[in-house]
Formats: sequence, structure tokens, C-alpha cells
Amino acid sequence: MKRIFLLNITLLFVICVSYAHSEQNKSQAKSVIQIWMWGGSSQNDTFDPKPSAGYDYCGPLDKTIPTNVPGIEINASLPMLAKIADKYSIIRSMTHGINAHESAAYYMQTGHKPGTGLVYPSLGAIISLFKGYGKGYNGKIPPYIVLTQSQGRFSEEGFLGPAYKAFATGGDPSQKQFAVEGIVAPGISDQQQIKRRELLQKLDLLGKSIPDDPDFLLFNKAEEEAYEMILGETRKVFDLSEEPDEVRDRYGRNWFGQCCLVARRLVEAGVPYITINYPGWDTHKQHFQTMQRKLAEFDQGLSALIEDLSKRGLLDTTIVWCCGEFGRTPKVDWSPPWNGGRGHWGYCFSAIVAGGGFKGGCVVGESDAKGEYVAKRPVYPEDLLRSILRLCGIDPDEPLPNDKGLDIKVMPYPENYSGEGELKEIMKK
Amino acid sequence: MSWEKSNFFKFLKETMFLAMILLSVYVFPQTGQTIIKPYEDDKWPTPENIIDTQIVKFLSNYGQKLRNPCSDYVFIRRVYLDVTGTLPKPEEIDAFINDKRPDKRRILIDELLDRDEYAMYWTMKWCDLLRVKSEYPINLWPNAVQAYYQWIYQKIRENQPYDKFVRELLTSSGSNFRVPAVNFYRATGGRDPSSIAKAVALTFMGIRFEKLPEQQQKNMSAFFSRVSYKKTSEWKEEIVYLNPETPEKSIKLVFPDGKTVEISPQEDERKIFADWLISPNNPYFNKNIVNRIWAYLMGQGVISPVDDIFQKNPPGTEILELLSKELTKSNYDLKHIYRLILNSRTYQQSSIPAGKQHPDTNFAYYKVRQMEAEVLLDALCWLSGEGEGYVSQIPEPSTYIPKENRTIALADGSITSSFLMTFGRPSRDTGLDSERNNKPTDKQRLYMLNSTDIQKKIRSSPILRKAFSQVWKNRTEAINTIYKVILSRLPTQEEISIIEEYFNNSGLRTDQVVGDIAWALLNSKEFIFKH
Repeated sequence: MKRIFLLNITLLFVICVSYAHSEQNKSQAKSVIQIWMWGGSSQNDTFDPKPSAGYDYCGPLDKTIPTNVPGIEINASLPMLAKIADKYSIIRSMTHGINAHESAAYYMQTGHKPGTGLVYPSLGAIISLFKGYGKGYNGKIPPYIVLTQSQGRFSEEGFLGPAYKAFATGGDPSQKQFAVEGIVAPGISDQQQIKRRELLQKLDLLGKSIPDDPDFLLFNKAEEEAYEMILGETRKVFDLSEEPDEVRDRYGRNWFGQCCLVARRLVEAGVPYITINYPGWDTHKQHFQTMQRKLAEFDQGLSALIEDLSKRGLLDTTIVWCCGEFGRTPKVDWSPPWNGGRGHWGYCFSAIVAGGGFKGGCVVGESDAKGEYVAKRPVYPEDLLRSILRLCGIDPDEPLPNDKGLDIKVMPYPENYSGEGELKEIMKK
Repeated sequence: MSWEKSNFFKFLKETMFLAMILLSVYVFPQTGQTIIKPYEDDKWPTPENIIDTQIVKFLSNYGQKLRNPCSDYVFIRRVYLDVTGTLPKPEEIDAFINDKRPDKRRILIDELLDRDEYAMYWTMKWCDLLRVKSEYPINLWPNAVQAYYQWIYQKIRENQPYDKFVRELLTSSGSNFRVPAVNFYRATGGRDPSSIAKAVALTFMGIRFEKLPEQQQKNMSAFFSRVSYKKTSEWKEEIVYLNPETPEKSIKLVFPDGKTVEISPQEDERKIFADWLISPNNPYFNKNIVNRIWAYLMGQGVISPVDDIFQKNPPGTEILELLSKELTKSNYDLKHIYRLILNSRTYQQSSIPAGKQHPDTNFAYYKVRQMEAEVLLDALCWLSGEGEGYVSQIPEPSTYIPKENRTIALADGSITSSFLMTFGRPSRDTGLDSERNNKPTDKQRLYMLNSTDIQKKIRSSPILRKAFSQVWKNRTEAINTIYKVILSRLPTQEEISIIEEYFNNSGLRTDQVVGDIAWALLNSKEFIFKH
């Protein structure tokens, strides 16, 4: 009797522990989509409008629009995002004070200021280390994907080494065929792929002469894996013709919109980190003309992505974060040669976060009357990045495994850190 | 009628096909080993040399002998890649094959050792070992990288005796821009005496400092305890010098082999260490370099890994003793060692082993291995008619490498590309031989099989264009051209029939077929592996 009781207690304990464990896993974000507004997008013209600052600060984009969350207004240039403001939160007090692209990009992607002698890995590389191969991900597609062009050396694998380098797809998903580099070769039909593979095998004379060489065996295995991507099921994740026309239209039939759609499909395939490397925000000249065109596709694509993830029940486990390396000068430069342009501005800018344990419908921080400097609750890059890591179940203060023998933590606060820490106010328990 | 006819031809073709396979394999009457065409020959064009005498004797202990001689086609490709990191051009292949001189292999070896590409290729290997890169964790900075690289290149080009080369690296003082050899002390990872000793042990002794007993580590570090660094007013200039605060009395230091030495206050301990290291009886100095050269040329060291040879004595190390003596005798002429190895039958034997090998008999064939990333890229660029070109804006001063430059001559390990990383170029962080990863991966296969880059390189290739135009007049000529460009040999009858069949039955356009042939050969192991 006593024994049964004990057994029951043990069982109960085991159930509780495993339940708690699975609960913990459930609440963790599984994937991250980063929308990287390369060049730096204007805070005033998007999520932090300042209509009262006047024409010199607003130009023609001087109207705001109420969102579906009472009390939050954004720039009228983003009408579709205004309708789903309950699904994301806005940070209006991002700051690092750096006005050079490369240094600012490095800081925003790695959580470290440059110049320490070490090249740190980007958030994507860290997440693909903790959530990639051997850590629950078994997909054939690499765990860290960039759509579509590589971000360059300041925002990739750092000292973690090439194994954690992002796979840049190349190609353009809004074209008839999304030519993913290495996986889809434009102009070569499956039939030709199959035939020439046979030819290759027949002509492999040296390979047949040395059948047991260990390097040759590795080569054969690598080739089989490559062909699973070239001719197998794996590549279908990039095949947007599987999507209904209405869905493709809703995302927008342009590069950005279709990248957002591919990102959703990659999340469904379990890929832990996807970056949409979205260029064209470095608008020193022709700023407002560019904004009118770009903000429309941005509004459409991003709102479609968040809505679609939410509808499919994926938003709870997928973080979407979106910002550039800095903002843009709030005061418009009307003088030649700029003729209505905005420069680099790292003192205060906006970011948005959605899903994966971030609350929606909130605003973090505040800028001053013209959107020039932080008025309340400065958010440093490390604060935002640490929050994302935390929601992914990665403790930023745990050791970062590496083969360089470096005794280093995942993303510690810097010395003399004076900020207010992770974004607890918008992180669900 | 036509049905019967085509069937008859099919039958004929198949019979001929079988006959050809049978023909291409026959038995070498002298050794009783099967000759595999087109990779092997039945007669040795090369006389046995002192290496062979020893290796043949060694192999006989295992009941083994050298494999068959590699064919002239295999030889020219192998020796070009191993000595110059460069593929032979079709006209160079023709000249060599038609050369009737009995010692043409020896003549070619001498000629290649005199080329600029020899100096470029071996400078690349030295820069891996000496960790030549501008950024973390070495931080030489771009202008010092250029100075250091040029210095190394010059020394290799003029074939400076190896003892002098190492002595300069170990004992120089001065500015990193003006006395380039001092960069050795700036590229050691750390700047404390034990980091320096660690780099010296790895580079010139082939041993892992951290595996030595603690006392021995301390003893060795003491020789480098006065190495100091100071900045100047010129940006990023640094002076490497010996701290002038000398002890008042002479001191006693202990060499890694346990012998002691007394050093008077005016003496430079680094010079004393170099004297000890660079001597015919030193157990590490010669052994390290000849084992490394053996590994570079034969695909595996007599002792492996080449930078962890301390107290390892696998069977066969006698060959290192022989080469060590030759090195001293030749006044530290590294080219003498290259010549000895390259002119041996051991080097010139086939890469096809006789079945499963006893682990001790690695000498009994030439080990196949993937081309280095830089060599492969240069080969692809040569084929496409256009080089890579590199730009590095940060750190300043920015570096611009024009497209005409070879990737094997890329000085700075910090300047890289997605291709180079994918194909395992070393990061030059530690100088460890294992940093270079020549193992095949699926990302490499994706690139070679299906990237737009490879597709473009095939389409734009001026050399292959010749084949594209030949194909209308003379198919066999076109196939010969493609084979010679890509695989440095002519196709076998069997290969020609496989390709003819592809022309006739694939249903593809002629230009697609020609592109696919080039593509298939580029993706064959025979192209990607040195063999």
C-alpha cells in the first residue's frame, strides 16, 4: 500500500516535471524572422510619426492613422499594419548613437560594438548554433537562411566559423521561377538534371577505379545530399507556385512580398532563423518618392506575413523583428544636392517585434517631440537581441560554445552598461 | 528492316563496349599487377632513387611493392598541381606527351620549380603556417600583411636556404613595415613568452607546446621573455625589439632537449635558441620540415598530423632521417628535397591502391585529395577566362586585388569569399595544419553541380568555346578538347561511346550536350581531386 503510494507520488512528480518541461518548450519561440531594413529606415515616416513637428520634419508624410489598439497611432503610410497593431509591439526608443552603416549594422546584428578585436557572430548564427543541427533541427535546408543576397562580413558567423554562415538563396521569388542558388538552376529542366546526373555517374572513371577511398565515399554522400535538394522534396519549400493566387496577391507580387511568403514557408519547414535582407532604405536623396513606393510594399508584405502566421497558429512560436541598422535624420534636408533627403541617425529610431512570446499592442519607450532623441526608456541593441534570445530559450549569459577556445558568453551586457535591460514589459511570462 | 538494323547496331555497340572494358585492363607482365588505363603505364620512365630503395625495402616487410607507374597524362597534371598549384594548359600537355627524351619528367620538374607559380603556391602554404592575416586573432593589419607577404614570397622565389630563412624569422628586430621578418613575433596569437614559444614549437619543431611538461614549457618560454613591442607615430607601425633591461649577471637557460646554456647579459637569447634549433643534430628542426614537405607532396605525412610529431615513431620514419641528412648536406636547399621526392618512383606511382591497405603502408600509392580551395578556384577562373578579384574596405588601408591576380597569391588570410570558406581555406588563426579542410561537403557539391556561377563559367569559357564550335565539324575533336582542358588527358574509347550515346539519345540540343559534358567532367572526382 505504502509502496503504491510512493510509486504514485513518483509518477505524479514525473508527469509534473515532464509537463512543466513540455510547457516550457511550448512557450519557446521556434523560429525567428528578421526583416532587415538595410540602409536604415525613417522612424518618423513609419512607426513614430511627429505631425506636430511641421513640414521640415514630416515632408508630405505628415498624417497619422489610428490603429486597432486605442491610443496607438502610426504614420498614415502604413494603413494595413495599422489594422493589426494588436499583433505587434513598437519600440520607439532604439538607440546606439552610431551613424556609420557597417559599425551600426554590426552592433544591431551581434549586440556588440565593433573594435574589440573579436568578430562576434550575428544573432542568426547564434540561434542556428543553439537550435540547428544536433539541437532538434534535421531539415535538409541550412538552419540560417538569408533572402536573397548575403549581408556581408559584418553580420554573419564571426568567430563561430563557416559552419554557422547564413545560406543566401540568391534569385528573386517574385520571378516565375525562384532560382535558389545551387538548388534551382534556371534553364535546366528536371529531365536534363536527371540525364546529366547519369552522364556524370557513367563518366566517373577515377571514382570507379578507387571505390573505397574515404574521401571519395564522403564525396558520394555529399553529392547524394545535394541531389536531395536539387531533385528531391526539399526544394519545394521554395516553390511558390504551390501557393494559391490569392495568398500570393495578398503578400504583394514584388520581391519583398514574396520573400515574406517564402519566410513563412521556411518557418513551416522548421528553419530556425530567416533573414529578409531588404535593401533600399538609405534614402539620402529622393527620400519621399522612394518612401511612397517602398512603404506600400512594406505595409502589404509585413502585414500579410504577421496575419498569415497568426491565422496558421504559428505566431506564438515565431518571432518577427524588423528594423534597420539605424533611423534617419528627423529633420529633412531640403538643400541641394539632397533636395528632400534624410541622413543616417543612430540616436533614436524604431523597431517592431511580434510573436514568439512578445506581447502585441504595446509601445516601448518614447522619443522627444521631433523624434530626434530618446525621451524615455532607451533600448540598446543588446537589450532587444537578448530579449529575442531569451524567448528562444537561450540564456544570453550562458557560455557560447566555440572551437577557438574563447571563454565567452552568448551575449553579455558590455562593461559600463547603463541601460534598462531586456524588454520585460512586452515579454509574456 | 530499320528496326532490325538499329537493334543490330545496338548489339554491336554493346559488344564493342564490353570488349573495350576488357581491353583497357590488362596485366603488367613485370609485376603481375593489373594496369588501369588511362591512369597507369606498364614501364617505369624513372630510375629508382635513394628514396625508392628505402621505401621498396620497407614495403617488402609487408609483402608489398610500389604500385604501377602513373601515366604521363596523370604525371603532368599531378606535378603541375603539386609544384605550382596550377593546371597544365593543353599546349603544355601536348608538348610533354610528344617529348621523346627519356628524362622528360626530370626536366619538367626542374622547369616547374623555377616558375613564379611555384613561389606563389608555396608562399601560400607558408602564409598558412605563419598565420598571415590582418584581422582577429592575429591582427597584423593590411600594410604589415603586404610587407610580410612580399618578404616571404621573395625568399621562396630566390630559394633562400631554409636555415637562414628561419634564423631571420626568429632573430630580427625592427619595424613591422621595414623589417618584415619581425612580423613573425606579431603573428603568434598572444604576445606573452609562452604564446611565442608555442608558435615556434608548432611552426619549426612540429610539436604541440601545450603537450610538453610544465617545466619544459617554462624553460622554452624563457628564451622569448625579452621580446617587446612599441608603437611609433606612424599609424599601425610597431617596433619589435628586445627589452634592453638585461640581467646584470649571466643567466642559465634550458633548451627543450634538457641541455643548459649560459647567456651573458649582452647576448640575444633568441639567437642562442636559433643556434640550438638550427643544427644538424637537433631532433626536431630538419625532421619537421621534411615531414611537412612529404605530406604536401604525397598527401599524408610520414608522421601525422605533421604538427604533432613529438616522440612519435611510426614504422617507416627512416625515410625522414634520410631526407633530414640530405637537407643538411645540400646546405638547407628545400628545392633539393622537392626534387628528390618528385623524381622518385614513390611519388610517381599510381593513385589507385592495391585493394585495402595495411595502415603502415601508406607509401604504397599516391593519396588522392581534393584540390585546395584557392587552387580549385584558380582552375575554374582560368577555364572561365575571368579571375575573381577581391575588395576589402575595412580595416584601412583598403585592399583592392585586381581580377588578373591569382587566388593562390592572395596575401591576406582575412580577405575571403564565400567560395573560399565553402571549400575549406584555412582561417590562419592558429597555423595548425588541420585548419585547412579539404573534405567534401554538400554545400561544395551544390555549388559545383548546380550554381549559376559554374553554369556561367562553362558558358563564357573561351577555351571551351573552341569545343563548342568544333562540335559541328568533328565531334571527337571537340570531345578531345574538353577532356584535355578539364582532365588534362584524352578520353578513352569507352568514354567516347558514352558521350556519343548522350549526343544521340539524350534529346538535348547540341550546345546543351556540350555544356553537360564539360559540366560532368568538372564534377568528376578526377577533376576535383589531385590524383
